[in-house]
Amino acid sequence: MTATLERGLNALREQIDAPVASFFTSCVSCGLCAEACIFYKETGDPELTPIHKLDLMRRVWSNEYTLFGRAKSMLGMGHKITEGDLTKWERLVYDSCTMCGRCTLVCPVGNDIAMMIRKMREGMSSSGHAPAELVGAAERHSDYGSPMGKLHTMLAAKIKAAEKETGIPIEMDKAGVDYLVLLSAQEIVEYSDVLPALARIFKKAGVTWTISNEGFEATNVGVQIGNRDIARNLVSMVVGAAEKLGVKGIISPECGHAYQALRWEGPNLIGRSYDFEVVHIIELLDRLAAQGKLKTKGKDHTRLTFHDPCQINRRGGINKEPRRLLDMVADNFIETEDAGTMNWCCGGGGGVGANDRAADLRFKAFNRKKRQFEGVGAEKVVTMCAYCHHTLDEQLELHNMDSIETQGLTEMIGEYLDDEA
Amino acid sequence: MNNPYFDLLMWARGPGFDIALTILIGGLLLRVVEIVVLSRKKDLAKPKGSPVLQGLKTIFTRSVPRKGLIKEAPVTYIGGYIFHIGFAIAFLFLGAHIALIDDLIGIQWPEANKALIETAAALAVVALIALAWTRITNPVRRALTTFDDWLVWLLSILPLVTGYIAVNRIFGDGTLMMAIHMLSAEALMVAFPFTKLMHAVTFAMARYYNGSIQGRKGAES
Repeated sequence: MTATLERGLNALREQIDAPVASFFTSCVSCGLCAEACIFYKETGDPELTPIHKLDLMRRVWSNEYTLFGRAKSMLGMGHKITEGDLTKWERLVYDSCTMCGRCTLVCPVGNDIAMMIRKMREGMSSSGHAPAELVGAAERHSDYGSPMGKLHTMLAAKIKAAEKETGIPIEMDKAGVDYLVLLSAQEIVEYSDVLPALARIFKKAGVTWTISNEGFEATNVGVQIGNRDIARNLVSMVVGAAEKLGVKGIISPECGHAYQALRWEGPNLIGRSYDFEVVHIIELLDRLAAQGKLKTKGKDHTRLTFHDPCQINRRGGINKEPRRLLDMVADNFIETEDAGTMNWCCGGGGGVGANDRAADLRFKAFNRKKRQFEGVGAEKVVTMCAYCHHTLDEQLELHNMDSIETQGLTEMIGEYLDDEA
Repeated sequence: MNNPYFDLLMWARGPGFDIALTILIGGLLLRVVEIVVLSRKKDLAKPKGSPVLQGLKTIFTRSVPRKGLIKEAPVTYIGGYIFHIGFAIAFLFLGAHIALIDDLIGIQWPEANKALIETAAALAVVALIALAWTRITNPVRRALTTFDDWLVWLLSILPLVTGYIAVNRIFGDGTLMMAIHMLSAEALMVAFPFTKLMHAVTFAMARYYNGSIQGRKGAES
């Protein structure tokens, strides 16, 4: 056995706990998880059945954590894992799963398959089987503060531009404010309209905020690769910045896995609860609206629909908030089939979007969204995750549907903010 | 007393049943302990919803399929329901079974009429055949299928078929058929802890964990 294989197996062993054991024990191989999986449904490839993607972890559990399996292994009957297996499973664990979690909600015995994929990726990355693009992003983030490299200068420029546009000063590293605002690299580079929108919304609402030079990027490629050490370091950067500035809360930006990483995995990664709140920007905007601190004027009349980011709605519980906000600013809002908790993934989450090997799968998976958007005759798609936004832009272009406009919900609220009220 | 199969029936009713019951209960306990001792780390993220309540709720709510899913896999869903309900009726409401349970743990309840039980058993058998058919024809189910699945299928259908034959004296010697029926049920009991039949117990744990993980986040499950 090679050293890397052994390292991978050890990482898998560390991931096996009572929930995982109860899930594998309960599986009746009914195959219903496949019916929930966008990659299976759009390719028809039975290899892509969600529970099958976990087969290597299931083998470790069966061979080593069950008495019957241990007895079989001792007799040389256990189905061992080879280096070749790990290579073969890369496509199943990384390329064809965004950890969207539809399977988790469909499984009749209640197996949280998406959570197990997250765990299995720990073993895959430890044995050197994570996609090169994600490993590169992890290195850039660890060394330069963002998965796209050093963005400090670009951020400073975008902040200056936002100040100029809005006439509102944005102070970096200001201690004692209400919130530390985080952004995703995607927002800094591609969707920087979000900054002026935030400046105007928060000024109107009387919310004080800042951005830290030491931790402004919210994404966490460690969570996508499945590497707890990297994930912990990236969360620590942001937590350190928040604690240094003594803020009341951190605002998780429009980014799906960033919310998972900061809000739900973060305390477990660093081994302690936070003294501050982590709130998703859409949760906060909804709260401000309910308090009467966020007022809008006018409505978008475009026939628009909403794309639910999996990690924010299905796996994050933020479902009604964006809809209440959309109702404030749109009067031709129509839901697609399966919208809300069971929405179909854009196909780009969980690191799949950054993985070149998965380009073809991603294209095929998007056929589902294509049909859904066509089904409601959408002229515009609004979302609350910059990476979903990026994937929508990419795939709408590739599917010759670029007449459909896309927008982040925060920017949209900014656009209709009533500056005079 | 000249029936050559009498001793076999007596063995099946006596020592055979005791051995099967011991393996079933011992094995079940072992398998459940095997899971529980692995435990899970305390979740340090401040909960948004109620993990415990939603975990408990999900044990029940997950029995209902998500909207639109039945049409994606009608045989699996409908066959699955019919088999489980049919098997449960035949197992729990036949007079002789109730008497056996009463003997063991001193609890009894009214029996159902024969027509209901036989209909339930027959439907369960038909459902099992339909499920086996999709296991062969559906590419996803075929790819997932292992020896365990066929073994469990066989062990589930045998008590239903042999019970029906024995009670109605369809063919063969009545004593022998009853002995075979009991032995088939005992085979099911013995295999239970070592096969996917375990889901009949651990589904509650799995659904609880699923619900509690989602519930902590205030997300649906």
